[in-house]
Amino acid sequence: MKQKLFHLSKRKELPWYAAWAIRGVAILLALVVCGVVTTAMTGEDPIAIYKTMWAGAFGTSRRIWNTLQYLALLLCVSLAVTPAFRMKFWNVGGEGQVLMGGLATAACMILLGDKLPNWLLIPIMIVSALLAGAIWGGIPAFFKAKWNTNETLFTLMMNYVATQLVAYYVIVWEVPKGSGKIGIINQNSHAGWLPTIAGQKYLLTILVVAILTGLLYIYLNWSKQGYEISVVGESVRTARYVGIKVDRVIIRTMLLSGALCGLAGLLLVGGSDHTITVNTAGGRGFTAVMVSWMAKFNPIGMIFTSLLLVFLGRGSSEISSKFQLNDSFGDILTGIILFFIIGCEFFISYKISLHRASRKEDK
Amino acid sequence: MFDLLTFIPRAVMQSIPLLFGSTGETLTEKSGNLNLGIPGIMYVGGIGGVIGAFLYEQSAAGQMHALPAILFPMLGCLLGSALMGLLYCFLTVTLRANQNVTGLAMTTFGVGFGNFFGGSLIKLTGADVPSISLTATSSFFRTTLPFAKTTGAIGQLFFSYGFLAYLAIALALLASYVLGHTRVGLHLRAVGENPATADAAGISIAKYKYAATVIGSMIAGLGGLYYVMDYANGVWSNNGFGDRGWLAIALVIFTIWRPNVGILSSILFGGLYILYLFLPSANLAMKELYKMLPYVVTIIVLVMTSMRNKREDQPPESLGLSYFREER
Repeated sequence: MKQKLFHLSKRKELPWYAAWAIRGVAILLALVVCGVVTTAMTGEDPIAIYKTMWAGAFGTSRRIWNTLQYLALLLCVSLAVTPAFRMKFWNVGGEGQVLMGGLATAACMILLGDKLPNWLLIPIMIVSALLAGAIWGGIPAFFKAKWNTNETLFTLMMNYVATQLVAYYVIVWEVPKGSGKIGIINQNSHAGWLPTIAGQKYLLTILVVAILTGLLYIYLNWSKQGYEISVVGESVRTARYVGIKVDRVIIRTMLLSGALCGLAGLLLVGGSDHTITVNTAGGRGFTAVMVSWMAKFNPIGMIFTSLLLVFLGRGSSEISSKFQLNDSFGDILTGIILFFIIGCEFFISYKISLHRASRKEDK
Repeated sequence: MFDLLTFIPRAVMQSIPLLFGSTGETLTEKSGNLNLGIPGIMYVGGIGGVIGAFLYEQSAAGQMHALPAILFPMLGCLLGSALMGLLYCFLTVTLRANQNVTGLAMTTFGVGFGNFFGGSLIKLTGADVPSISLTATSSFFRTTLPFAKTTGAIGQLFFSYGFLAYLAIALALLASYVLGHTRVGLHLRAVGENPATADAAGISIAKYKYAATVIGSMIAGLGGLYYVMDYANGVWSNNGFGDRGWLAIALVIFTIWRPNVGILSSILFGGLYILYLFLPSANLAMKELYKMLPYVVTIIVLVMTSMRNKREDQPPESLGLSYFREER
């Protein structure tokens, strides 16, 4: 009989420090590979390249604020998709849900901007953004709950429906006519612009997301609903057996997930961009899937994983402008690091032993 | 008047990348691998072709022959997309990583890879040309059958395409035949439906998943090659390929996992994709709504098939799940 060299078995829980050590080694290896690739492309010394990256992300206080704001927005979308992932509902529609939240915000700002005072307009914006996101997330959930429609494919398609809806309204509302874009909304009146705190443009977004992180951590780990989500994720049959209404949990969780994506849209359009384009979500809906997964769906861990990805993005855009490379260089580096992190999870969950060793035990 | 005689060939040209992509993805999904990296793989296939063609055009210096001019881009494309497929399999099959996450990471990487080399190839190779324009290579890919021009409407509708278009149709038919009528196809479907049962029947799960995914990736990569070399006249533009990769995944659902249905459906999708160009009365904003049609139609099909719940119309049972023998 053919004897395999290796034997695989599932590990019992690794102590947290061992798991993080494995991840650390993987990231280190990835950085080495990235360094080699970058050096091959630019002919520069890899240490200098990482210094450039660091400067790009944290070099000046302006850059730090920018990085923090990017971090907050990515984290917000990642937090949003997490409840759904915990119940193994693969919501890859974050992109569309964010766009719909942004679209609702922009609609309020444009249509109601000169009719209502800010204290009334902003609550209306918040409600409509959350609602728009929730509806966009709720539609696939409804079909999943009722007819078990494949949610990955459904949410994926909803992204492009949302993109085209935004493209439609961008042309309807374009200023000036024929330019194909909306431009800054309410540039003079600032109607519907979310307030700035302590003179820092991005501080509000950062604070909102920080609070959200804490709340979601509590919701997922210590609330009854959070527990129900975990049970449904673990086994639908068990959930049914203990009397959890699975359909309701799926729809409720996706409404929440979509609403939080809508919040990200609100922060993007009302807080930082003050305009909307088809690229407003900027791929965050997809990146969020990876952020959330890398952190094992733990909101606190996501702060670090999203920081890693934002750092890579900001840093490598600095590299590409300094060495006159194409902007997409960052995506290559991000891809390489992701592959390493994805791969290393295997060594955390499984034990590899040489086959000879296990045969001796049998004797 | 709606000009069908120009509309249909344009729709067909739009459909070919989608057909390659969906045939490849169908094969992959039949093995239980939901490869969301297809959009990235198609970019890599396209840029692989560009690199192959670029190197050949540089070295041939004006004296190009048809065979190597087609072989080099072809090789670059197949090699690039096969490597991407291997990477996906290594991560999801051997290392049992989550398929959605791996796929999305591959798309990030692949699109970045394509755009990076598309934008920096000239700088990296130090070539003395202003932009990548591989019209010479492209002309070989665009060569049509000699009687296409002389047979009027028939020629325009059926014979006016480059050879890759016919290859796409042939591959779709072949994939359909293999899946439905051969033992290999039966085994492959078993792996995608219920790997534990297939494993018990002595089918090597890993081997089938690897083979289906790598071959599927190579087929999908050809879609990228067709786009650059034939559709875009050999001119690479960053993000030019657009969201066609996702549309190809939509097409897999639309055809309910049947590559032969994909031939006509992809033309339908291609038609819907460019319909807005042919509707004279529509204003600019409405045109954006027309572009939504392929996705809306896909959602309707997805919902309908799940509502009717016919067994043969469902996605492969274990789609998206990794298999580990000792975990049952």
